[in-house]
Amino acid sequence: MSDIQIVNAPPGVEGSGFFATSLDKAVGLARSYSLWPLPFATSCCGIEFMATMGSHYDLARFGAERLSFSPRQADLLMVMGTISKKMAPVLRQVYLQMAEPRWVMAVGACASSGGIFDTYSVLQGIDEVIPVDVYVPGCPPRPEAIIDGFLQIQKLVQTEERRRRESPEYQKLLASYGIQ
Amino acid sequence: MGKITNEELLQQINEKFGEAIKVEGEPYGLLTIEAGRENIIDLLTFLKTSPELQFIYLTDITAIHYPEREKPIGIVYHLHSLVNNVRIRIKVFVADGDVWIPSATVLWDGANWMERETYDFFGVDFKGHPDLRRILNVDDMTVFPMRREYPLEDPNRVDKKDYFFGR
Repeated sequence: MSDIQIVNAPPGVEGSGFFATSLDKAVGLARSYSLWPLPFATSCCGIEFMATMGSHYDLARFGAERLSFSPRQADLLMVMGTISKKMAPVLRQVYLQMAEPRWVMAVGACASSGGIFDTYSVLQGIDEVIPVDVYVPGCPPRPEAIIDGFLQIQKLVQTEERRRRESPEYQKLLASYGIQ
Repeated sequence: MGKITNEELLQQINEKFGEAIKVEGEPYGLLTIEAGRENIIDLLTFLKTSPELQFIYLTDITAIHYPEREKPIGIVYHLHSLVNNVRIRIKVFVADGDVWIPSATVLWDGANWMERETYDFFGVDFKGHPDLRRILNVDDMTVFPMRREYPLEDPNRVDKKDYFFGR
């Protein structure tokens, strides 16, 4: 017996020789276990994230194998570290270059709220320029917290309606950030 | 120790500029003099081109702000004579609302970014600078953040205490 665990099938109607479920659930399942993260790391949270990627914590076992510093094909933007006001347009451009569906995770106090840097030069939370799905607390958070945040994203992806991104609420949210 | 003592250095400067140069002191052995904005370029040119002194290396240009003084903004030059291994600090104080000084880019190309930085943080207008824009802060900023014009953070605020960040 292999001890490899395989993800359970989503709820559906099962019978001899067939299995029926909704497209939303099948797509959500597929998306959630093949997230391609784009790490945007600027400071200490990025170092914690490196540990999360390493063999001990091994982010890859959750299906996040393909980390790349390019928005091409990436669907999860992980912002880790202090974002200065001068860097905000860059971060926003990276987000805009990602194709839908896309999710954003703000890791640590700085990305979430500016952290201890209550100054003229630091952006007080990345949600001032892009919408955020999950905030990971801590300064910096431990790898476990980053993994927990990642699992929260997966849960979001799984339960999300396939067409949520075309919904008026989502359009309104993006419009509030000046994104068409 | 450098090959030229502060006394010799000061004597050479005084021979050329006389009363126009005031001496501020020698903290930690670093000769600090105060010049005026009308003779600063002459002074820098003399220090750089003098075959004896050879202050060829412009270490830094920055500024300071003493709000209580009559001339609150001071522009500070640090020069280094690599040949003689001697440093010198030159300060020029200017009045509020009249914060300009001729650019040292005529002597050192390296002054370009230093002056842009000083403009960015202190609002010093370097006349003759080829491209005086903000360099580190966002372009649409309207203030000069390193000036002592802003109240300190409210000591009673609690929303950014260490324990909120797990420390």
